[in-house]
Amino acid sequence: MLKSQDLSSRILSFSLRLAGIFAAQENCFQYLQQGELLPTLFGEAGPLGGAAWTAPTVRSGWVQGLRTLARHPSALRFLAACGAVDTIFSLQGDSSLFVASAAGQLLVHVLDLAMRGPAEGRRGPRARDWPACAQKIVCHIEDSLCSAATPQVTQALNVLTTVFGHCRGLWTQGLWVRLSPLVARLLEKDPVPASHSLVDLLLSVARSGPRGAAGGVGRSSSVLSSDRGLWETLAQTLSHLSPTQAGPLALGILKLQDCPQALRTQAFGILLQPLACVLEAAAQAPGTPGLLEGAAGDSMTVDTLLSSKSACVGLLCCALAHLGLLQPLPQRPSPWPQVPLLGAVVTILRLCSGSAAPTSDVGGRLCAILVGCGRVQRAALDFLGALSQGTGPQELVTQVFSILLEYLMSPESSSMVLKKAFQATLRWLLSSSKTPGCCDLDPHTQQFLRELLPVLQKRLCSPCWEVRDSGLEFLTQMTRQWGGRTGFRQALLASEVPELTRQLLRDPESYVRASAVTATGQLSGWGLRATPASPERPGAQQESLLGELLHILSTDSEGFPRRAAMQVCTEWLRDGRADVAEDPERFVAGVLQAASRDLDWEVRAQGLELALVFLEQLLGQRGSRCPYSVGLPETAPPGVLAQALQVLCRVQLFEFAFRALFDCDRPVAQKSCDLLLFLRAKAASCGSLQEAGDSPSVASVEATLQRWQAGEQGQPLGYLEPGAIVAVLRSVDLEGLRDTLAESSDHVEKSPQSLLQDVLAAVGVLGENEADCY
Amino acid sequence: MKLYCLSGHPTLPCNVLKFKSTTIMLDCGLDMTSTLNFLPLPLVQSPRLSNLPGWSLKDGNAFLDKELKECSGHVFVDSVPEFCLPETELIDLSTVDVILISNYHCMMALPYITEHTGFTGTVYATEPTVQIGRLLMEELVNFIERVPKAQSASLWKNKDIQRLLPSPLKDAVEVSTWRRCYTMQEVNSALSKIQLVGYSQKIELFGAVQVTPLSSGYALGSSNWIIQSHYEKVSYVSGSSLLTTHPQPMDQASLKNSDVLILTGLTQIPTANPDGMVGEFCSNLALTVRNGGNVLVPCYPSGVIYDLLECLYQYIDSAGLSSIPFYFISPVANSSLEFSQIFAEWLCHNKQTKVYLPEPPFPHAELIQTNKLKHYPSIHGDFSNDFRQPCVVFTGHPSLRFGDVVHFMELWGKSSLNTVIFTEPDFSYLEALAPYQPLAMKCIYCPIDTRLNFIQVSKLLKEVQPLHVVCPEQYAQPPPAQSHRMDLMIDCQPPAMSYRRAEVLALPFKRRYEKIEIMPELADSLVPMEIKPGVSLATVSAVLHTKDNKHVLQPPPRPAQPTGGKKRKRASDDIPDCKVLKPLLSGSIPVEQFVQTLEKHGFSDIKVEDTAKGHIVLLQEAETLIQIEEDSTHIICDNDEMLRVRLRDLVLKFLQKF
Repeated sequence: MLKSQDLSSRILSFSLRLAGIFAAQENCFQYLQQGELLPTLFGEAGPLGGAAWTAPTVRSGWVQGLRTLARHPSALRFLAACGAVDTIFSLQGDSSLFVASAAGQLLVHVLDLAMRGPAEGRRGPRARDWPACAQKIVCHIEDSLCSAATPQVTQALNVLTTVFGHCRGLWTQGLWVRLSPLVARLLEKDPVPASHSLVDLLLSVARSGPRGAAGGVGRSSSVLSSDRGLWETLAQTLSHLSPTQAGPLALGILKLQDCPQALRTQAFGILLQPLACVLEAAAQAPGTPGLLEGAAGDSMTVDTLLSSKSACVGLLCCALAHLGLLQPLPQRPSPWPQVPLLGAVVTILRLCSGSAAPTSDVGGRLCAILVGCGRVQRAALDFLGALSQGTGPQELVTQVFSILLEYLMSPESSSMVLKKAFQATLRWLLSSSKTPGCCDLDPHTQQFLRELLPVLQKRLCSPCWEVRDSGLEFLTQMTRQWGGRTGFRQALLASEVPELTRQLLRDPESYVRASAVTATGQLSGWGLRATPASPERPGAQQESLLGELLHILSTDSEGFPRRAAMQVCTEWLRDGRADVAEDPERFVAGVLQAASRDLDWEVRAQGLELALVFLEQLLGQRGSRCPYSVGLPETAPPGVLAQALQVLCRVQLFEFAFRALFDCDRPVAQKSCDLLLFLRAKAASCGSLQEAGDSPSVASVEATLQRWQAGEQGQPLGYLEPGAIVAVLRSVDLEGLRDTLAESSDHVEKSPQSLLQDVLAAVGVLGENEADCY
Repeated sequence: MKLYCLSGHPTLPCNVLKFKSTTIMLDCGLDMTSTLNFLPLPLVQSPRLSNLPGWSLKDGNAFLDKELKECSGHVFVDSVPEFCLPETELIDLSTVDVILISNYHCMMALPYITEHTGFTGTVYATEPTVQIGRLLMEELVNFIERVPKAQSASLWKNKDIQRLLPSPLKDAVEVSTWRRCYTMQEVNSALSKIQLVGYSQKIELFGAVQVTPLSSGYALGSSNWIIQSHYEKVSYVSGSSLLTTHPQPMDQASLKNSDVLILTGLTQIPTANPDGMVGEFCSNLALTVRNGGNVLVPCYPSGVIYDLLECLYQYIDSAGLSSIPFYFISPVANSSLEFSQIFAEWLCHNKQTKVYLPEPPFPHAELIQTNKLKHYPSIHGDFSNDFRQPCVVFTGHPSLRFGDVVHFMELWGKSSLNTVIFTEPDFSYLEALAPYQPLAMKCIYCPIDTRLNFIQVSKLLKEVQPLHVVCPEQYAQPPPAQSHRMDLMIDCQPPAMSYRRAEVLALPFKRRYEKIEIMPELADSLVPMEIKPGVSLATVSAVLHTKDNKHVLQPPPRPAQPTGGKKRKRASDDIPDCKVLKPLLSGSIPVEQFVQTLEKHGFSDIKVEDTAKGHIVLLQEAETLIQIEEDSTHIICDNDEMLRVRLRDLVLKFLQKF
């Protein structure tokens, strides 16, 4: 086949990968070697250097083939003999990023293969102890590190990052000892080449590599010295890189479990620096406590901040994001400068909104750069939200709430900024009234709520749907947490927010309708209705709300509102809402009927959830979901079961569940399978129920189910007797079905049968020699 | 080149540019903020306004109480409102050759200029500008004329008395020049002097300069102007917008390479983003109406109202406001709504394509069809039959001093359910509301100004790179209330030159070239000599003929035939003397070769020194110095003419002559 002149590049690539898979076994490899097949494919006689090589897919196939092939010492010898390593070197700079990246990984794989083995533990840092192949690769890395061309340096650093990230052998320690001087020398250049890759490498080494391998009690002195070297290199790198480049390194260092305190302080300083500059620039009076003692005016950071808008925005966003990531970690620096950080982030938000009036020159220029900058606003609001986990003096907290309110009110806030402002407000509100045991809100919060609700009201009327949506999400979350608090209830009921929420159920935008459904469900759950229901008919409004939900469920053209409506219905049933509890059977029948016709699989899946809740209410809870807990035998009295089955038949739950069992969407089928298994277990525990056995009803049900399975779902199941249900439940292979459904969706594609089909298909293109293949 | 600044209002400019023997007036804006000092003109008798107490001086002297009334601590002139005209004394306006109009808001003072100053020139403007400008003027005249007011106050204008008045009357500028509104006759006469132009049309002014309107993206037919000669280019940017609203987008590319860029008409609310304001407008409108209140939107009959109606068209269904009536009340409401639909070629691309479907470009046609939007010439007549509440009313005038809006302010002002939403940025809403205090209705300020903000200006200037920028003084520094906002000013290099009312600016650029045509027969007679690759020279002897700012080189008349005899020379035969010209030299002197030549000719002891501009060759023995520079060579010797001539000839050997 390979001799064919007009072989397509895709088939050639496939052949390369297939040969690699075969040759992964050493005996297969030997066999293929005898037939000289491997040199024809991977050696110079192969596609390498020919016309086919210009196709990236062939190069990719070549790299992947070798990657799978290289698993045994014979493969190493083969690689050395056919000169493959040099080709891999050149492929590192391939024009296709996929090929280039795969080549880098292959290099690491080959190096790892070469260095492992019986002699591994005895391999020191000196080159003469190392196998030839490894030596060649390391020399190549050394040359690249010394190269003046940044792409070469980047390639070498990336390879090393992969080595220290993935290889766990002792040899990596030797490798670091040998290469670290070259890496350190990169810092002497100005600007530091490939700084991103350098940071990645240093962090990769710090996280595992030599220290990890020799960690613990038995550290040798040589390891310690290399360790010290690493910390020095890290410290040097921190001070050499520009503030923007050093940020990710500083964050990485602070996330390390153990590293010297001095280095941690230096790294934290890097992250705080931009915020310290902002604080200092915006300080109204000199002597205001800053973030960093004595280093607030770092000229390099100030220069970066003022050099251009993009540099300033980039640096501030990174610093805010990094600090936000650090904030919740247990290893975050201690003491955590909560108060100055809060001050800095409030200042940044004020500069962005134009409400700050800095007196200094730097402050004025910062203000001109930042005013109206959405990116910084979003980053700052995110970080402000994260800071809600800590505390602050009341004066500062008041400032936080006032800046949040300013952002929520401002017509200049974009929809994304508003969303973040709502999220931050929620976090601060919840954290501000955490007082345990207190069921009401403090006066500050109460006052804030009074100012907030009119703003929310206006936002719910916004012409921008994203804003209405975030407003509703905020309301849902608030109500979920505070629905029971008197202060919140009073403020909310005095506003028009509940009524507006109700009106948004008819919003033209489906996301907003969905959020309005969830919010209305939540409000009604806490009895926060739009207007007090009339005393004569307390459930009147609830009923009409239920009608509205069912209407959405059966008529809304978009999936999101229907999903939300199903969730609310499920919650109502679970919580035993008064009007639902009055006649749950009618409620469930109505909802299931709507869900069964739905085209959206999530609605159907949610319908099964509701069915399960109903089942549990009828038959008792399902067994503990924890696989290790010992479950007591569950039994339901036969009378109860029979009655329950009658009810289930009446609400047509079985028709719904059996249809779902053969649903084309796997999650629905899985859920249905679980539900029916649960029901069968319940029925089994109660043997006395009279089964319908071989009655005609059972046979017809089984026939219908088979047709459904085959995809013909037109025919209804009709009314079923409980006895027939139990019989059908026993006859269907639910466990088998569950196992099939548990397979991943691409298990067919990954099976050997599929590979064979691919081969056949490939050959079929070339000629009609299907028989030969067998 | 000089710029005479006749208006101090940055968005209602009126400047005169003197450029190459032409006098061009740029815009003719009318500052109407003066009307805020007057009492509103109610459409129906208002007991509240007519019973306001007269104002008296601190010493109790009440001689002004007929002219000045007091309302909630503010003093207003009880008279027909008057407008502050552009400066008329700075330059003789009868010498103005042309007036270029950039948009319909900037032509409201036109009748004052064309009808009362001896103006005899032409006014240039685009068709939508003229038509909508006419509507604005018609509305203004109608608003004022339909409620005739007997009283005309003038006592308070006396300088000695004005000093005694409270602010802002005390600080009002040039009150003596304030004038009452023009008449419809004057409007018609003024508009008859307008010549219509299209975008990119080139208009020659006396052969001296060419003016061209360019789309400015702000309003229907709004333009920026290019004023250029062959070698100079002045751009006049006034009221431009980069936002995608209804008009054609702004033409930026044609503004490139200007020597001077005059920049006026930026947004009046640089801190408010129009999108955010439209959002506020819609939210507040919906909240009010849902509560059963009415919404009043004081507005002009054209412009932003088209965009607001379009936003509402999309919004009302989603906000559940489909059943709420929208009323648009103006004497020109119908014309405005209909005009907007017929100027397809002046609209943005999206709206233009609609016309070919065919559909009306603006969706307000559908609002009218479905009876959601109704328009009336005034509150009298049909409107009073159809009027339903709660409702939304769009009506003028945004100053709240005249027009139907005065009636609604009186009608709805007492209820806190109602809201007045200000969308026009031309008037301070607090000052506009002052004569209605105490007021219970809610006031929302959502100024929508789509004109350029400072960030956009900074990008524009980077893109078009003018040599000099000229702007009103308000743009050259941060706003007084936000002095720390360095971003709210024009930031360019070299710094912008700023002007204020009644100032004359000498624009900092010198004319260096003038285009001269050569007649073909003269051109034929020229014999260019290539002095270096790509550069040829020829000498020209000709007569320069100048007429209508055009310069032509014509062949010189033939020398008079020797007539012989004793005939007297007639005066008409006098021809310019054609002197024998010295040949022109070109080329450069290679110093080394020159020195070698000198040595060959017997000079010795030669020393060469390098200087900043060239070389000095020292002939020490002869005590002579030859200074060779790029464009001159000097031979300095001590009275030895022979030597000088020898040396000169040696130098000339290296140069070309023609």
